[in-house]
Amino acid sequence: MLWETFLLALQAILRNSMRSFLTVLGIVIGVAAVIAMVTVGQGSADQVTADVEKLGSNIVMVIPGQDAMRGGPSGLAPQPFSMKDNDAVEALSPVAVAAPISQGRERAVFGNENWRTDITGTDNRYFEAAQWELERGRLFEDGEIKSGKAVCVIGETVRDKLFGNADPLGETIRIKSMSCEVIGLTKSKGASTFGSDQDDFVIMPIKTYFRRVAGNNDVGLIFASIRDGASIPDAMDDVSALMRERRLIGVGEEDDFEVMDMEQLTTMLTGITGILTGLLAAVAAVSLLVGGIGIMNIMLVSVTERTREIGIRLAVGAQARQVLMQFLVEAIVLSLFGGLIGIFLGLGLGLLGSSYLNVPFQPQVSIILLAFGFSAAVGVVFGYFPARRAARMSPIDSLRHE
Amino acid sequence: MADPTPLIALIGIWRTYGTGEATVHALAGIDLTIDRGEFVAIMGPSGSGKSTAMNIIGCLDAPTAGHYLFDGVEVAGLTRDQRALLRRHYLGFVFQGYNLLARTSALKNVELPLIYKGLPRAERIALAMEALEKVGLADRAHHDPSQLSGGQQQRVAIARALAGKPRVMLADEPTGNLDTKRSIEIMKVLERLNGEDGLTIVMVTHEEDMAQFSNRLIWMVDGKIARDEPTRKVA
Ligand SMILES: Nc1ncnc2c1ncn2[C@@H]1O[C@H](COP(=O)(O)OP(=O)(O)OP(=O)(O)O)[C@@H](O)[C@H]1O
Ligand SMILES: [Mg+2]
Repeated sequence: MLWETFLLALQAILRNSMRSFLTVLGIVIGVAAVIAMVTVGQGSADQVTADVEKLGSNIVMVIPGQDAMRGGPSGLAPQPFSMKDNDAVEALSPVAVAAPISQGRERAVFGNENWRTDITGTDNRYFEAAQWELERGRLFEDGEIKSGKAVCVIGETVRDKLFGNADPLGETIRIKSMSCEVIGLTKSKGASTFGSDQDDFVIMPIKTYFRRVAGNNDVGLIFASIRDGASIPDAMDDVSALMRERRLIGVGEEDDFEVMDMEQLTTMLTGITGILTGLLAAVAAVSLLVGGIGIMNIMLVSVTERTREIGIRLAVGAQARQVLMQFLVEAIVLSLFGGLIGIFLGLGLGLLGSSYLNVPFQPQVSIILLAFGFSAAVGVVFGYFPARRAARMSPIDSLRHE
Repeated sequence: MADPTPLIALIGIWRTYGTGEATVHALAGIDLTIDRGEFVAIMGPSGSGKSTAMNIIGCLDAPTAGHYLFDGVEVAGLTRDQRALLRRHYLGFVFQGYNLLARTSALKNVELPLIYKGLPRAERIALAMEALEKVGLADRAHHDPSQLSGGQQQRVAIARALAGKPRVMLADEPTGNLDTKRSIEIMKVLERLNGEDGLTIVMVTHEEDMAQFSNRLIWMVDGKIARDEPTRKVA
């Protein structure tokens, strides 16, 4: 009889193909959306952590201002650092190297081509600390750094946009009023977690940047690497104490700069991806709900017909539980079917999205089960409970149902 | 050798719809016994309670008051499942409004009661085809109700009631939508089943011609039995 019930349910599914299709669709949409979005979100978060770890866990950054990156109250523009600040940081015993960094966005021009990009002024220590390698050409020479010569190292994207197939080395690009000789090309790192292009930059000696681009001597960021074996928290305390002293901050006054290690940076960045993941999850939850409402709607619209069908079956000798079993099997088969399609579609979309965003593919069993469970529950509840009500009526009442 | 217990016994049956001002007594104290092998026709004006009585006899509806004994067993004392078994194994019902499953072929509709009887598929199809042949619809076996005329749908409903070879056939205006020629063919099928297989038939009809095939005629008015007499056959 169980097999017969299963066949009856299958027949009912095929007979009501439109209803079945819409129910399955509702489940597929809900399940696929949730799985795809959460998978991509989680992959992004993991990628951020991986990206930051690639920088090395021994990196400490010093930024003027408080809450600058956390988006807190900004207040007055923070007092920037100077080259002397950088040298003082580097002089601290736990610090291996410290690189001063100043950045801005400008248009770089070569021939008829132009491209807006990040212009970074720093020195060779930055390449060392941030682990940038050269594809071709060379880094800056000491003399070039000291004198602030107009030479630059460019990223792969800038090369592509300005030079196309031509060789950039030895050519001269124009940034603002300055002409700058290209001496090096970095190895491509590809897109980062947020889809931002990591190869989109021009790097020049910081003095050149001060004089020819920024028009001041402000250092925006000190990028320091800590010696192997030194304690990072202790090093950060040292940097803090040093900067408080240099910036004349009295006892009890708050810092007007921030010292971050990679852990904090990771936390901050994963916090941002967390918000993104949350947003995606919210959108997905809405899809799930919409799918659920769709299923509910289909089931409720068809309740009159189903009630009459139940009346007919009861009248020809079916027992209530046989009819109910049929409807339950019908609901379960549809839910399973829709759920499985949804899972595969969701994983497929997740895979597609992950590879497009260049993040690891991280399907999560708990979310798959949750999405599947919810949709299946909606399908079963709204498929089964109206049937149960109908099966409890007398056959003639079910038949007369309108 | 007659069995002393009547097959169907209605004792003081009332069926009341609604409450207060809107109360309708569809059946107002019906006493009726039907024995095995009888062919009973029920006639009466519209609204006189014929369908209501049929539904109660068919165990599809419960009386408000009174007793209904089927083969000596009080139906009200049975569980829902037992009443379902009674319908499954003893009763074949033809509804006034057909009540076929939509988007389901004539054959599958006729097969439906046989599924619940637990018959294997091959036997079901054979029996269903046989029943469809009896009502002259073998060539429409794979048509859905929506592709059939009213009369054809009615014949599918008759075939469904016949397919399970019930003991009692309850037919509510089985020929209401058929032309005279078809109606007479159907009546002849019923007459033969009644004569040869001893099928007990209770049939509601508005047509004197069809009532002619019965042995007993019950005339209902206002929820009561007004006359109950042997059918006067007109040659
Ligand atoms: N579900 C119901 N709710 C309220 N009143 C009902 C219901 N079913 C039947 N009735 C009433 O009971 C009475 C008998 O109805 P029934 O259907 O038995 O008549 P009938 O003799 O079969 O008529 P017809 O020849 O038109 O089929 C009618 O007055 C009808 O209005
Ligand atoms: Mg009627």
